[in-house]
Amino acid sequence: MLPGIANVGLGPYLTVSAALLVLGVFGIFLNRKNVITIMMSIELILLAGEINLVAFSSALGDLSGQVFTLFVLTVAAAEAAIGLAIVTVYFRNRGSIQVEDVTLMKG
Amino acid sequence: MITQIVFWFFAVVLIGSAVMVVSARNPVHSVLFLILAFFNAAGLFLIAGAEFLAMILVIAYVGAVAVLFLFVVMMLDVNFSQLREGLQRYFPVGAAVGLVLFVELALSASAWRIAPNVRDLPHARVPGASSNTEALGELIYTHYVFLFQACGLVLLVAMIGAIVLTLRDRPSAKRQDVAVQHARVPADTLQMMTLGLGESTTGNGGFRRPIGKSAEKPVSRPALVIENSPDREG
Repeated sequence: MLPGIANVGLGPYLTVSAALLVLGVFGIFLNRKNVITIMMSIELILLAGEINLVAFSSALGDLSGQVFTLFVLTVAAAEAAIGLAIVTVYFRNRGSIQVEDVTLMKG
Repeated sequence: MITQIVFWFFAVVLIGSAVMVVSARNPVHSVLFLILAFFNAAGLFLIAGAEFLAMILVIAYVGAVAVLFLFVVMMLDVNFSQLREGLQRYFPVGAAVGLVLFVELALSASAWRIAPNVRDLPHARVPGASSNTEALGELIYTHYVFLFQACGLVLLVAMIGAIVLTLRDRPSAKRQDVAVQHARVPADTLQMMTLGLGESTTGNGGFRRPIGKSAEKPVSRPALVIENSPDREG
């Protein structure tokens, strides 16, 4: 165990991460109409997962967790780029970003 | 002791800014609180000894992703107050789901036991590395090299996808057309004339060549309208 996390312990990290995850899920339900805030909530959820991975990685002295955090960061960045591109195109076509209006593909 | 104080400071600011991200009235404030949350998460990473990831979080997340969010929020002219309708309706559902999730997490954490001989398992350790960055590099470029390349592919696909999605052909855009360029001959735009002594170009149709074309395409320019009514300001 590294000295930093040995002082704090694993529990507080997991608590903070759990609170962040719950806040992200809550944000998705609270801002049902706003796609951009929903995407920010997804970023919060991914951040909670990353904090978990890093905490376990340094608590167990295993660097694999940090490597996978790097991969999660990559996927999150790609997801944000694609999602915002879709939002931009959708706004250009429809003039709004209301989630309830997204029925273009409905038969 | 000082580590714990710093940890709880970062943690409290992180949770507080996450609350503001999901509940801020103005989405620009939301993005700014997201940036604050990323900075504090980087602080937590530093305490856990993951210096490289902390710096990556600040550079890649704050520098790229959050600024991308900021661009999109500011670029789209969306009536955000309209999007906030029905907030009271969604609040109980969201709170219920969040509460259930939190209780489940607490239950699973209370029954959590780490196996006593977990440290005997083969771990990815880099004993000789002097820093976190060096250790991560040695691991990424050896054990995880294929996953690392796959990450690069994911980013490439995301980049191409974003470009393809947002690229559009505007008729007003000035773009190079190679075929038209190659089909041009000097006679289209250039005319050699011999002027006599004292004779000006005005008598021969002016400088614009060819003569017919320039008259057909008048440059349309919108009339400049200055509005002075006071209620249109801002």
